[in-house]
Amino acid sequence: MKKSYQRLEDNSTNNMKQVKYRNSVSKLRLFGSVFLLAFSLSLFAQDGDPTKGKSLFNTNCAACHNLDKKMTGPALRGVEARLANDEGLDRNWLNSWIRNSSALIKSGDAYANKIYAEYNGAAMTAFPQFSDQDLSDILAYTAQEKAQPAAVAAASGIPSAQNGSDSGLTNNIILGALAVMFMLLAIGLILVKQTLRRFAVANNVEIAEATKGKSLWKAFIQNQFLMLIVAIFFLLSSAYFVYGYLMQVGVDQGYQPVQPIHFSHKIHSGDNKIDCKYCHSSARVSKHSGIPSVNICMNCHKSIYEYNGEVTDEYSKEFYDAEIQKIYAAAGWDDVDQQYTGETQPIKWVRIHNLPDFAYFNHSQHVSVAGIECQTCHGPVEEMEIMYQYSSLTMGWCINCHRETNVKVKDNEYYTKIHDQLSKKYGVDQLTAAQMGGLECGKCHY
Amino acid sequence: MKSLIKILVIAVVLVAVSCKKDTAPNYQFMPNMYESVGYKTYGEAAFQNGIEAQIPAQGSIPRGYVPFDIENSTAGYELAKATLLSPLDSTKVELNRGKELYDIYCGICHGNKGKGQGKLVQREKILGIPSYDDVGRAINEGSIYHTIYYGKNAMGSYANQLNEEERWQVVSYVLKLKVDLEK
Repeated sequence: MKKSYQRLEDNSTNNMKQVKYRNSVSKLRLFGSVFLLAFSLSLFAQDGDPTKGKSLFNTNCAACHNLDKKMTGPALRGVEARLANDEGLDRNWLNSWIRNSSALIKSGDAYANKIYAEYNGAAMTAFPQFSDQDLSDILAYTAQEKAQPAAVAAASGIPSAQNGSDSGLTNNIILGALAVMFMLLAIGLILVKQTLRRFAVANNVEIAEATKGKSLWKAFIQNQFLMLIVAIFFLLSSAYFVYGYLMQVGVDQGYQPVQPIHFSHKIHSGDNKIDCKYCHSSARVSKHSGIPSVNICMNCHKSIYEYNGEVTDEYSKEFYDAEIQKIYAAAGWDDVDQQYTGETQPIKWVRIHNLPDFAYFNHSQHVSVAGIECQTCHGPVEEMEIMYQYSSLTMGWCINCHRETNVKVKDNEYYTKIHDQLSKKYGVDQLTAAQMGGLECGKCHY
Repeated sequence: MKSLIKILVIAVVLVAVSCKKDTAPNYQFMPNMYESVGYKTYGEAAFQNGIEAQIPAQGSIPRGYVPFDIENSTAGYELAKATLLSPLDSTKVELNRGKELYDIYCGICHGNKGKGQGKLVQREKILGIPSYDDVGRAINEGSIYHTIYYGKNAMGSYANQLNEEERWQVVSYVLKLKVDLEK
């Protein structure tokens, strides 16, 4: 037994060194779980399948429990062994706790009441549907040893780092070689010129000097017609540039300020497909599309405390994890004790989209009534790592859209009557926003 | 010589135009027409903490708002489960609106069918979302409303994203999903 155990362990460490991608870690875990299954057989009489246990754990327990981290409930790695060693509680106690913890608490069980009090009276949901087999599967999963992420990270980190420096190195070498070549070429040319001159002097050949006639500038100034043409050309072109410059004053298209927390719309609405209105909920019902308060961040980030998506050179996992820590600091959330400290810190977001004070715009009219997609005005936000202003937000831009967009009459009885009357008046099937009064000055300026 | 000066002037203009930094806002013609005199939403203000959005005085109640009497605790949850009933009768329930709101706020974790297989669960960002037909929880309208209002365990409160009527619409839709799941 011992020998085979060691052999397997050697195998697994060898495997770990070869791991390059995160996907293969799960294979490793599977391998480890098979090995541990064999190991746990000798410890516990009941047989549990940790792979089945993992899926049961993830669907039923993971909302409140993590294997290694205190969440709503305690960390559960090795819970059975821990309870057996520290509290002298056996599998039967655990089974009855999981199936109906509140009954166990009511029965006056000492440890049950202690843990209930320790977690501020947060009652664990009852799971009467679990069979003995399900429970031993789950406990087999929690009994697994922790996979060593450090070794994997180191193994995967080294090749990628090498790759990065390799490409940098080759680029530098090529550039350096080119610079040296050009220098040699220049030196060679100078040397050739000097030798030729020496030859000329030695052979008494006269080197022709360039004759100085009327300079080009003087000829140009004396030619009145050319001067006039050039002057007109310069005046027109400078007028063009000055006009262009004046027209872009006050237009913030492309404005991309640095925000206090690096919030990536790409990760949230692109990768995770979270609806825009999840966070910007007031866009449905109010003039403003509000900046979400931190409690909305905490809806998910109470559970999501680290970043596990794809990373780039610029934005590493460490970088994103540090940004999540900034939310915790702002919300006053203590991630270790899983409770709010009450020391909050407002986040000073930088506002990107700003209409001037003399123009009125209402989000709910566009989002709820007209049913326009957010992307129509805000651009491909789900691809933006850093948010920027996509549209110009000029008056011409507003008017243009009002001229081209048909009024959404479907599912809107409020518009039915006026749409019928106006479409008869204009003789069209579909009214545009402009025909419905979308160009009237007083609609936006009052 | 004159044209040399002109070329210089144009070069300077071009440089000035091309130097616009993306991280700083552009110039404005008449800032006092752009910037309002009154406080702007989320703006800075001359209050003690410098924020325009002040917390209402304690005990103040917005117009048309009915306070929710049941407290945020396990006992409150049980009380809501036992006693709280939806104020919406069958004529006021709009399932299509409930679905729209549900898909935005709940579906991302609970899944659009209520089986606990939302996008975030499939991507293993958040785990352990129960299905609505979970027998151990045995949710009903009171307990659903209480959970939306205060949150439960890892779930946060949705009271500020949904108003009272919208919350009850979502409750009706969740009950419909539960019935569908139990079929």
